[in-house]
Amino acid sequence: MRIDCNAFLGAYPWRKVPGTSPDALLQALERTKIDAAWITHLPSLFWRDPTEGNAWLYDTARKETRFKPVPTVHPGLAEWEQVIGDAANAGAPAIRCDPLYLGLDPTGGEMRVLTAACGAARLPLMLAVRLEDGRQRHPNDHVPELPAAAVRALIRSDADVRLLVTHADRAFIEEVHFGSAPEEARRIWWDICWIWGPPEDHLATLLDTIGPERFVFGTGQPLRLPETSIAKLDLLDVSPDKREAIESKNVRELVS
Amino acid sequence: MLVDVHAHFYHQRTPRADWRERNESRITAGARIGISVHVASILGSFGLTSPTYFPSPRDVTAGNDALLALQRAHPDRIRGYVCVNPNYGAHARAEIVRCLDAGMIGIKLAASRRADDPLLDPIAALALQRRVPILQHIWQHRRRDWPGQEASDATELCTLARRHPDVPFILAHIGGGGDWLHSLHAVANVPNVYVDLSGSGVDGGMLEACIASVGVNRLLWGSDITMDTGWAKLRYLETFLSKDDMALVRWKNAARIFPPGAFPTD
Repeated sequence: MRIDCNAFLGAYPWRKVPGTSPDALLQALERTKIDAAWITHLPSLFWRDPTEGNAWLYDTARKETRFKPVPTVHPGLAEWEQVIGDAANAGAPAIRCDPLYLGLDPTGGEMRVLTAACGAARLPLMLAVRLEDGRQRHPNDHVPELPAAAVRALIRSDADVRLLVTHADRAFIEEVHFGSAPEEARRIWWDICWIWGPPEDHLATLLDTIGPERFVFGTGQPLRLPETSIAKLDLLDVSPDKREAIESKNVRELVS
Repeated sequence: MLVDVHAHFYHQRTPRADWRERNESRITAGARIGISVHVASILGSFGLTSPTYFPSPRDVTAGNDALLALQRAHPDRIRGYVCVNPNYGAHARAEIVRCLDAGMIGIKLAASRRADDPLLDPIAALALQRRVPILQHIWQHRRRDWPGQEASDATELCTLARRHPDVPFILAHIGGGGDWLHSLHAVANVPNVYVDLSGSGVDGGMLEACIASVGVNRLLWGSDITMDTGWAKLRYLETFLSKDDMALVRWKNAARIFPPGAFPTD
């Protein structure tokens, strides 16, 4: 069983990306033997009201059992709490908010209230550190990357919240993990899509120093080739149990 | 057969205390991926006693010596690019002759001098004379100068390549940072520039754009410092390229531009 907790549908505003339709994503899942994908509506991350993409997302997920919707919430908009209720009703495994794409302070009041609401609703909150390599972004794409300090602040702000952080590299993960108390670090899960394999062996190092239970399988597709996350695992010397944990068990633990 | 045209190794006179582990990891991962030959370079002392991209002549020589030693230790697996700093022209030319005579098969230019600078012309002339390719470190669309390197972009490499149309140039790591689409537009009509697919970038659409720009005949597979991303690109290409086209990308294009006998099955 392999679950991709970090996938998108829909066009990206800053460059042409193939394979953004539901059918194309299904073909990619077939190609890479991924059994299910947590999906977010990519265009709406850039809209003033990102929740306007959620209806399409739910509708798309209803038609395909391999898709699990991860709706977007904007805690600066009135009635935002309704998104959490809708997510629970739709069986969403998580909810996402990328504060810097919304022009929000990542440690500000809106994010702290959202964090508390996610904690109370037992709904994991997903955040991306970045969507693209900073060196290649469009000249007009100035959204800052999520700072590690924000993740530390959010996990400390609510004792029940669980965070799923995607597109983080080794340095970011180490800074947050070892900058958090063990009880806090246990409520953070990391997707592996941006962690380097050999010869630098960042993923192998993190699995050794932090433990495999904190890591989940994610790809960032179709912005990134999903084959990358599989290749990372194929290059690891890891037991079948640990690999299974990364590919599916840990993410089930996250949503349990 | 699979040739990695963009590999690096480390040695004891670098800041990396884990240099042995990193070298070993590359060899081990390479075996798992199926890499037949790692064509590698060492960039001086990687910052220990001179900057990585501006290595002193002494560090250039020490790095090349370390690579020659690795080549001797793994004669069936490792081939070398002789790395030089073009600012030290006489040393660079002598080092190229010395290391090619010792069995290296290409020239590595990092970011010590802009690619379109006349100081690179004698090096290109020597490449032509010795029938070896030049691997040029590239920042895909450099919009400004970056600290620690005098990086070149594809436009500048193409200027050099047009001055030396019989020398094969390898545009380094198309996925290594920056706007790869800018590079692909630049190289499309410069037939002696080959695109090396290495780098950590695995953007959806990048490989299709590479093929649209230069075709499969000018693509070279490589990994640089992220072998997982290299393997992923290879796996993805295999899903839509023919076996014959894959052979070009995996090794046949490389065999065409490196000296005869550089690889085992030549």
